[in-house]
Amino acid sequence: MRTLRTAPGPLPLVAGLVALLVASPLVFVGLQAAQAGGDTAHRLLARPVVGTLLWHTVALTTVVTAGTLVLGFTAAYLVERTDLPARRAWTVALAMPLAVPEFVHGYSWVSLFPWVQGYWGAVLVMTSSLYPLVFLPVAATLRHADAAAEEVARSLGRGRLATLWRVTLPLTRPALAGGALLVSLYLLGEYGAFAMLRYTTFATAIYNEFQTSFDMASASLLTLTLVGLALLLVTLDARAARRGRVVREGTTGRGCAPVALGHWKPVAAGALAAVVGVTLGVPVFALVHWLVRGSSTTLPSASIVTETATTLGYALTAAALATAAAVPVALYSWRRPTRLARTVERAAYLTRALPGIAVALSVVYFAIRYAQPLYQQPSLLVAGYVVLFFPLALTSVRASLAHVPHGVEDVARSLGVRRILVLGRVTLPLILPGLGAAFAMVTLTASTELTATLLLRPTGTETLATQFWVYTTGLSYGAAAPYAAVMVALSVPAVLILTRRTLGTRATAPREN
Amino acid sequence: MSRVVLRSARRSAVLATAVSLSALALAGCSGSNDSGGASDTASGGSLKGQTITVYSGQHEQTVSALVKDFQARTGIKANVRSGDEAELANQILTEGPASPADVFFAENPPALTTLENKGLLAKVNAATLATVPSADSSAKGDWVGVSAREAAFVYDTGKLKAAQLPAGVKDLAGPAWKGKLGIAPSETDFTPIVTRMIRTAGEAGAKSWLAGLKANSKVYGSNEDLVAAVNRGEVEGGVIDHYYWYRLRDEQGAAHIHSALGYFAQGDPGALVDVSGAAVLSHGKHQAAAQAFLAYLTGKPAQQIIATSESYEYPLAAGVKNSKVSRALTASGPVVRAGDLGDGKDALQLLQTVGLL
Repeated sequence: MRTLRTAPGPLPLVAGLVALLVASPLVFVGLQAAQAGGDTAHRLLARPVVGTLLWHTVALTTVVTAGTLVLGFTAAYLVERTDLPARRAWTVALAMPLAVPEFVHGYSWVSLFPWVQGYWGAVLVMTSSLYPLVFLPVAATLRHADAAAEEVARSLGRGRLATLWRVTLPLTRPALAGGALLVSLYLLGEYGAFAMLRYTTFATAIYNEFQTSFDMASASLLTLTLVGLALLLVTLDARAARRGRVVREGTTGRGCAPVALGHWKPVAAGALAAVVGVTLGVPVFALVHWLVRGSSTTLPSASIVTETATTLGYALTAAALATAAAVPVALYSWRRPTRLARTVERAAYLTRALPGIAVALSVVYFAIRYAQPLYQQPSLLVAGYVVLFFPLALTSVRASLAHVPHGVEDVARSLGVRRILVLGRVTLPLILPGLGAAFAMVTLTASTELTATLLLRPTGTETLATQFWVYTTGLSYGAAAPYAAVMVALSVPAVLILTRRTLGTRATAPREN
Repeated sequence: MSRVVLRSARRSAVLATAVSLSALALAGCSGSNDSGGASDTASGGSLKGQTITVYSGQHEQTVSALVKDFQARTGIKANVRSGDEAELANQILTEGPASPADVFFAENPPALTTLENKGLLAKVNAATLATVPSADSSAKGDWVGVSAREAAFVYDTGKLKAAQLPAGVKDLAGPAWKGKLGIAPSETDFTPIVTRMIRTAGEAGAKSWLAGLKANSKVYGSNEDLVAAVNRGEVEGGVIDHYYWYRLRDEQGAAHIHSALGYFAQGDPGALVDVSGAAVLSHGKHQAAAQAFLAYLTGKPAQQIIATSESYEYPLAAGVKNSKVSRALTASGPVVRAGDLGDGKDALQLLQTVGLL
């Protein structure tokens, strides 16, 4: 067995190469920060505002992450483990806030309810836009996990709550950890929504530094502090994930008999309806409101078709590449949980916490030096997206690998199947739902990306997000609305695919049939 | 750096003749009443078919109208890269000499001054510089002023009467304004006011002013957010550039406007008339065509487009008036010299010290 696993192959090399590429923004930030002298560093980091920013960032990240965990897990449990009716519809509705970009979420709230701002505003808006990142993987785990353990626990006389706490929760720990990591890294790097909600974090401060000082060195110094925070999160996640490695060794997962909610059924349904109303209803209402109200609303220009095509083309290509790139990295760390493998995987996550502008400028920096013919070509924008969204793909692929029994590849190889064929015939089919989820996730996020797109797109081309930006900065919210609407509309199929691919079909029909 | 400057100087010397000729041709056609589209531009003929890349931090709809007209007149194609001026300036700084940009069209002088100080800009043709007042361009001649905007005090007409408005921006730090103001300190438009405060009140004076302002204000991420917040009554007033209010009025319709603009007294640091300018990048591959674009921007046809556009800026060329803005630029006092605004570093440090950034 061991000889099979440690046999040299191209995998470590490919994984290392991908990680290096994805981590290149960190190199850039480090290089730039090194140019700030000790005095500048001291002046910048000893500012009174840095303490505030640190506190804001930590307080927000903690509370929103906790909020998404509670909301995501509860919703997934209700949909997957209870006798709540219309679970398919609930699943789709609960995943749908993902189709709305964060900055649109932010604007929707601010434009309808001006009092939604500051800390609690940010908590509300970010929790409602990010909880699907926890809900989907947890729901997927619950759906695919073998019900035996839970049934045994209940048959041994454990109550519902005890079973939930001792069996169901640990079962979903990798999904919870992965979701929490994504949510918290998102929060560290997010700019647009916080700017609208008037809440300052490290990311908004870094953005301001870039915007007002034209000084990369000092902005990069702040960025490094943010990377420090991200490192902390990634380390925490690695611990959580290690403790909860779930491998379903059985080949037939069976559905679980649903927990009867009884009198609680209307309460549960009402609570879920409230969640959907708040997280999805508000942005949809705001969008319709803009479309009707804004006096600059005209029929969308003919260019909207071009921009839609451009946006889709970039997003789909980036999604395919990011997913393909995530496979070797995830496989490498899964097959060989060595220190190096873990380092490679974590480095990839860190870039997720970088503000988009830092990533974009690093791509500019490297491209202009080492790949000038590609500069401001479509391929470079795609490369930027891959770097930015690689962690999203990696999380999905990693999560699906967590459910593949360790020995399958070895068995296949011991039967004389060549390595590459094992990958194609055994491993990839097993993680196919994860690949689909990765693809949809990146498509979704890339099609609404703004900051990096502004810097990396070919001159003269616009995407839906940049056009939306042009109009909102000109205060033409009405004119911007069609672009936001198309962005959301385009994202809906991706969320549907994500929902279906993540959840797949139930392993076997529920027992009560 | 000096080699860079020398080389660009030589190059611009070689190209100067062709460009000033084309500038003349442009001026010629703008003189006639109907400047009928694609002119033959005798010397511009050699530039015809060239494509320049313009990095523009300016109002996008206006720039696209300008570029369209420029193309029709000169046959030079312009690819526009629209973005935030600060992002674009950072991009040019990161790209360095390899930048594909030929022209940088910015909103405020500090963005241009930063690039000027890094030696990234070529000298603007004298003929182009001569079309706008000399105070409106870089003292070194590295960029030319194209249009102007002025700082104004937007206020909620439901809560304030015109008579209650502050005479000077200094008053806003006083206790009377506690909890009533909004500011957008991260906007590149705000820094020049702080710079002027430092010039008039000294560093210590400016610092205590900012501290007072901070204590009185809600902080907004952008002028767009600020003007909208004033209009819906969230705060009573705030300092913005005048055109944000006009754009809000266009967007929401006059019926939904519950705010108005007031102005600070002439000579006050808050009575700030600030220019938007354009520059030719010294490493750009199309120097002559880029100079032709600058010549076009300061010429009458372009200034007329600016005067009637939805960007609500003031044109700078003599004899062109903006009829869409209710107040004449002359009421506001002179344009602040770019040299007096510098690259904004002092103001920035002060903003950071008091904790607004």
